[in-house]
Amino acid sequence: MDNNYVLQKIRQYFDGFVLGYEELSGILTITVKPVVINDLVSYLKKEPEPGFSFLTDICGVHYPNQENELGVVYHLHNMKNNMRIRIKTFVTKEYPIVPTITWIYAAANWMERETYDFYGIEFEGHPNLKRILNVEYLDYYPMRKDYAMEDPTREDKDNRYFGR
Amino acid sequence: MSDQNKYTIVAAPEGHSGPGFMATSLDKVVGLARKNSIWPLPFATSCCGIEFMSTMASNYDLGRFGSERLSFSPRQADLLMVMGTIAKKMGPILQQVYEQMAEPRWVIAVGACAASGGIFDTHSVLQGIDRVIPVDVYVPGCPPRPEQILDGILKIQELVESESLRRRDSKEYKDLLASFGINQVWKKDEPKTII
Amino acid sequence: MEENKIINPWGDDKNYTTLNLGPTHPATHGIFQNVLTMDGEKIIEAESTIGYIHRAFEKIAERRPYYQITPLTDRLNYCSAPINNTGWFMTVEKLLGVSTPKRVDYMRIIVMELARITDHLICNSVIGVDSGALTGFTYIFQEREAVYEIYEEISGARLTTNMGRIGGFERDFSATAIKKLKEFLIRFPKKLKEFENLLLRNRIFMDRTINVGGITAEKALNSGFTGPNLRAAGVDYDVRVTDPYCSYQDFDFVVPIGTNGDVYDRFCVRNEEMRQSIKLIQYALDNLPVGNYHADLPDFYLPPKENVYNNMEALIYHFKIVMGEIDMPKGEVYYAVEGANGELGFYLISDGGRTPFRLHFRRPCFIYYQAYADMIKGGLLSDAILTMSSMNVIAGELDA
Repeated sequence: MDNNYVLQKIRQYFDGFVLGYEELSGILTITVKPVVINDLVSYLKKEPEPGFSFLTDICGVHYPNQENELGVVYHLHNMKNNMRIRIKTFVTKEYPIVPTITWIYAAANWMERETYDFYGIEFEGHPNLKRILNVEYLDYYPMRKDYAMEDPTREDKDNRYFGR
Repeated sequence: MSDQNKYTIVAAPEGHSGPGFMATSLDKVVGLARKNSIWPLPFATSCCGIEFMSTMASNYDLGRFGSERLSFSPRQADLLMVMGTIAKKMGPILQQVYEQMAEPRWVIAVGACAASGGIFDTHSVLQGIDRVIPVDVYVPGCPPRPEQILDGILKIQELVESESLRRRDSKEYKDLLASFGINQVWKKDEPKTII
Repeated sequence: MEENKIINPWGDDKNYTTLNLGPTHPATHGIFQNVLTMDGEKIIEAESTIGYIHRAFEKIAERRPYYQITPLTDRLNYCSAPINNTGWFMTVEKLLGVSTPKRVDYMRIIVMELARITDHLICNSVIGVDSGALTGFTYIFQEREAVYEIYEEISGARLTTNMGRIGGFERDFSATAIKKLKEFLIRFPKKLKEFENLLLRNRIFMDRTINVGGITAEKALNSGFTGPNLRAAGVDYDVRVTDPYCSYQDFDFVVPIGTNGDVYDRFCVRNEEMRQSIKLIQYALDNLPVGNYHADLPDFYLPPKENVYNNMEALIYHFKIVMGEIDMPKGEVYYAVEGANGELGFYLISDGGRTPFRLHFRRPCFIYYQAYADMIKGGLLSDAILTMSSMNVIAGELDA
């Protein structure tokens, strides 16, 4: 079982929803439409094939120059054959809704909350979607590229001495 | 004992002594007693906390300065040692812990993050704990070596020894606390927001 | 008294207490809060709140050139900083597509296994402290001081080491470092045996830790567990064996696994892993290959200082590297190393600029701490404390 085989299976079952695929640093990366995430991840989890039974990571990305700016990246891992796969899906800022996969992997719970906290991507069906790392009264999504790293309300540090 | 010159004995405070008595001022005696029995509250949040654990362990031993008993309850502590980064989420809690301590109380900010935010100049980190509580001694370093932390504690001891007995009741001190929004009287249901 | 009956959300009329555990608590090593709903001493439900030390590493990493991100990675799992540093450098090397000489690999294995030993020492001695056995803690910290001296010889710092460069190390292991390593390898196994004798077959410790805070293998895999916590539950997943990096395939070591996943199993797994780390360091030190201590990468490896002061070309390279003006290739890399707590992953997206476009840390503590609220349900409060300390939750890694 290798990347080409998995890609072929995915294109066979989910053709029409796959927007692109490439192999980056040895890991197969496919971009799909958000609506098919649930079915795709449940299919990939099935044993013995394809067998990606471990959710390694979920994170968000923000590409400001694209039409669909906010993205969610899933990394899955097949431990028996030591294969990884990366699934990307993109949504717009106005309608940032992606279905949740908490019911497939319990590990996705806090990872999706973190993505919501940083980027504002809402996961439909999540049991407890609220901010996890930042303070609750923060009214913006800090990891988006529109916002600077420094605190917007600070008044004591002079930017001249900090190389900004 | 044969090796008398190996041991240093703490000098007695200035005063008038005679056969069987010694007369000195009260604040010197109280200062001497207080400085050699400071009970710290280790408020360890991150990496500086591990260097504090090394300071407490047998190699650099904090106990020989009188701080053998760590108190995790603020009500029974003298010295609040803030070690590590304080985020904005943690600010109100730090202020609450400080308020619970009984007078006289001292604060030492260990590490660059507690002193000024450190390398984390971001939206979520409090840029120094002196935005929420008054601080007596700052120990720089990232993390400071255990010897530096001990140096900070010795400076606290100097402050403790030389403090006037009336300082905590003075108007200056009350104004200082009021400028941080710290009430002396515990009031329930008052919301606290930290900028 | 029918009017005074309290009906609570569980539909019965018991009077449950809400207990706030944290964020500042002597037994939570690190700051995180758990709000427990209790029926007497038994825990009915728990809700975890984290984020009290959120320092926005991922936002900072988008503003820093590649060498300036190493001190950030130090402060993720600050008990075992060299593992984070070498993991980051290996990610960048994968992005660049360069390989390092064998000597560098073996030196990296030595420092990573030392870091693993120090992290497991803290975790195991703290399990002892939380169950009342304070002696082990004071004895074990002497061993950490010995390792700190070795780190100081290699990199100059005790705790947050900032060790290494892209392509290798900044200097070769000096004779003092090798001497201290050899002394450590002779002295440590005896001290570890002494520490184990205090707790391993101690009746009180066994009663407190066996069948406490357990988790099954299926639930652990579903919740994203990796590292000693997963291995104590019975799954032998170790990134060093499944996906060998940094010449781990040349080494012969055993991956210890447990059966129940309870606190006692985690304690034993970590002890055995420390023994395996000693074996690895001994083999690496005995068979240290001859060669260069860094790869040949003038574009990314800071040149030695005597060249910088005498040679124009080296001065220019030094300036460009420090200012971060070197062009990085575009690409996306996910690289995982076996950290002391599990699979530490670095997901790096580079768009060719001097700073990463996106850097995400896959932090093992953050992922397995989610399962804590489920693990303590139905148990007693003192068991909850031991479960937390045996899971080795480091606040810096939890909140990043």
